[in-house]
Amino acid sequence: MFHPKDLTMLPKFPFLKSKAPENKSKVFVPSRRDFLKMGSLATGGFLLGVNFQCSGPKGELITFAPNVYLSIDSDNQVTIIAHRSEMGTGIRTSLPMIVADELGADWSKVKIVQAEGDEEKYGDQNTDGSYSVRMFYEPMRKAGATARHMLVAAAAKKWNVDASECRTEMGQVVHSGGKKIKFGDLVDLAQEIEMPDQESIQLKEFSSYKLIGKDIAIYDNLDIATGKAVFGADIDLPGMQVAVVKRSPVIGAKVRSFNDQKALAVPGVTRVVKIEGAGIPPGLDKALEGVAVIADNTWAAIKGREALEIEWDLGPNQAYDSEQQLEEMLASTSRNGQIRRERGNFNAARQQGGQVIERTYLAPFYAHATMEPPAAIAHVHGDGTCEIWAPTQHPQWARQAVAQALDIDYQDVKMNITLLGGGFGRKSKPDFIVEAALLSKAAKLPVRVQWTRDDDLHHDFYHAQSAQRIRAVLDRNGNLSGWNHHTVFPAIGATANADEVHPSDGELGLGCIDFPYEVPNIRIETHESKAHTRIGWLRSVSNIHHAFAISCMLDEVAEAKGVDPVDFLMSMLAEDKNLTFEGELKGDFGNYGEPLDKFPWNTRRLRGVIEKVAQASNWKQAVADGKNVGFAVHKSFLTYVACVVEVTKADNGQLIIPEVHYAVDCGIGVNTDRIRSQFEGGAQFATSLVLTSAITLKNGKVQQNNFDGYQIIRMPQAPKKTHIHLIESMEKPTGVGEPPVPPYIPALCNAIYKLTGERIYRLPYKA
Amino acid sequence: MEKFTLIINGNKQSVEVQPDMPLLWVLRDILDLKGAKYGCGQGLCGSCTVLLDDVAIRSCAYPVSEVGDQKITTIEGLSNEGKHPVQKAWVEHVVPQCGYCQTGQIMSAAALLKRNPKPSEEEIESAMAGNLCRCGTYNRIKEAILTASKSY
Ligand code: FES
Ligand code: FES
Repeated sequence: MFHPKDLTMLPKFPFLKSKAPENKSKVFVPSRRDFLKMGSLATGGFLLGVNFQCSGPKGELITFAPNVYLSIDSDNQVTIIAHRSEMGTGIRTSLPMIVADELGADWSKVKIVQAEGDEEKYGDQNTDGSYSVRMFYEPMRKAGATARHMLVAAAAKKWNVDASECRTEMGQVVHSGGKKIKFGDLVDLAQEIEMPDQESIQLKEFSSYKLIGKDIAIYDNLDIATGKAVFGADIDLPGMQVAVVKRSPVIGAKVRSFNDQKALAVPGVTRVVKIEGAGIPPGLDKALEGVAVIADNTWAAIKGREALEIEWDLGPNQAYDSEQQLEEMLASTSRNGQIRRERGNFNAARQQGGQVIERTYLAPFYAHATMEPPAAIAHVHGDGTCEIWAPTQHPQWARQAVAQALDIDYQDVKMNITLLGGGFGRKSKPDFIVEAALLSKAAKLPVRVQWTRDDDLHHDFYHAQSAQRIRAVLDRNGNLSGWNHHTVFPAIGATANADEVHPSDGELGLGCIDFPYEVPNIRIETHESKAHTRIGWLRSVSNIHHAFAISCMLDEVAEAKGVDPVDFLMSMLAEDKNLTFEGELKGDFGNYGEPLDKFPWNTRRLRGVIEKVAQASNWKQAVADGKNVGFAVHKSFLTYVACVVEVTKADNGQLIIPEVHYAVDCGIGVNTDRIRSQFEGGAQFATSLVLTSAITLKNGKVQQNNFDGYQIIRMPQAPKKTHIHLIESMEKPTGVGEPPVPPYIPALCNAIYKLTGERIYRLPYKA
Repeated sequence: MEKFTLIINGNKQSVEVQPDMPLLWVLRDILDLKGAKYGCGQGLCGSCTVLLDDVAIRSCAYPVSEVGDQKITTIEGLSNEGKHPVQKAWVEHVVPQCGYCQTGQIMSAAALLKRNPKPSEEEIESAMAGNLCRCGTYNRIKEAILTASKSY
């Protein structure tokens, strides 16, 4: 039996789907024994589970214990478990919706219950990497279809008619003769029906779906609008106290000594507790060293922390200066690096003459700045077991990290998942949850750890700053004959392993190594850089800086050739094909955890979104009219996206973004409203990356303290209109959480160039 | 500790707290009204917005001692069932993504429409500029306010 404790290490990049065999899920009717284990869900009636199989650390198949996804009780209540974390993508709605559609439930009456963190029961719950829909579209449909078959069979038996004459609709089984019966009246009979064979199960025709492929409002819509939605910090337990922590200002700093007298004198403060933190490397799942002030309420804890006196041993990172490192990184890109992809002979192409365009691109550290700063509640009981309530993207990892920190069995950590007030990759890391557990144990009380905004900005797992250099060779005929891309940024892996000094294959697979264009000579190189702060993954990860450099450069190459950038890229794709990069890569191409035969890198689909965006945005006309429009295309997380952005300047000099067009090929669109909202939001998120946000460090310390220093765009700066053009497709669905971000960045930069005449080589561009 | 009597959503409620405690923490930690959210603590993000006599304020930067007899309205008091025109428009446009900033956005929008029932797009933008949304729901917020303004 699989035990998560056996996983010595989680997949190195939790934002990439761990490789799982296709469709190994199985729908089943839980046994009486399973039934008892289900606790609150098992209200009686009809229950169906989905049994996922995933691959273990050695690639072996692992069967998870039974879990429940669907129950129908005799009062007609259909309940569907949401096992992924909701951070704003709408996944808590979109997956249950798939089950309900196949089932033929009355969606307006379906109840959604958030699963606790338990991979043995629920399978993969790591909500990251834009793969929830990709991974679960098929199993969810099968679960719904299985239940439908059984209810239909039960009704047919009852009516003594042929099952083929019956269908389901709005929570009822309907016979062609007009008879109807509610699901609730069939649950006992249905429970007796034999499970249909999974291979032969008939899924509905796509055209007959009532929910899939439509605009469906999120389940929590009204709760959010009335303030009833429960986020991490909203959980209150009897006797709970609040902790605010002063953490090491520099990575690796240790508390030499502290004086808690003044803090304890603040009314409401009850305790001061030291947290032993990881040193260097800081790790991805460890608490930082710090001193916590625990109090009756949040304000007292904040005041108590202000009064705390701490002497730090700042350690080796106290001299770190991010600007200086960026300069060194930039300088390194002019030297030979470690070759990661090679096609043809770039140097020979360069020597053959023609024109060489050489440009460098710099991008800063970015913080996630989720609107909800990290917060977690822990209650370590007298018997050593622990219960957690937290906004986590990765419940399993959090459970493991807490078990390890408390030195208790993994099974003794119960993980309840609240709504997340934004995630973007930050809340994959369980450091703040570990803090809550440690402090509850020390205080012998339920404790909420509350991060303040300065905590959040000072102690994030940042998107890495980067330096890139691209050399493009145009041969004597003006054809792009050589492409040399140098990229350097501290690797995510360095946060857990200080020896990692080069970007990993995984990070290069994010929009760098898979450069898709027909250039005969390609050389991609990386250089060394160390991490002096915690590096993590932010919405679309390394695609952010790779798309920026590559697509800004391609725009410049088109200009040098005197051709339209859209035409240029279409010509660079040459004939349609599936790319494999075979024989050219020095490492692995991850393809976001999917085999290339299942999810090919298809240039026809890339061409499709380019054509679509050009046509829908009226690109040629806009260019002819002298509009300041910029274009870019970028595939990430297996979704193909092309983008056109327009900019103007207001009378007061303020940059205005009147219009954005996206063309998107994400295969089948499950909840089209949430696809659009991800693109609307992605454009705004990426606008902040281009125009306003940057984290810098001096003397090892982050210099931005709040939203005045770390700015994200406000309503007047946001694109006024964002149009999303979906490619109609019956391809397998792929994610949309991250793909909106990468192409928007260079599209905006290219548009700003039209407006100002100045190319952007460094982010953020302060307009 | 000092005693304050507050008028919240039409009810009088007494609390004994430090006078410098921001109203946000009085609402959340003492009175268990969790609709107003903490986002920055310095009046920079608007997540904590509530109304004082129909004017939107940032409760994270508003000491309880300064509230006096001004009437406090939180999201819970705007309409617990979501019947307020702003809430209705929010639901209609499916504005929220993660939802964390939304109660603050709704309170700011309600205050705007109260003082200016027919705002232009520019007026909406400047009135709402104090409310950050990291998920990027600004387009739909604007559309929802325009929709809500029809019932003013
Ligand atoms: S929490 Fe009050 S303005 Fe940000
Ligand atoms: S909806 Fe997430 S911050 Fe606004």
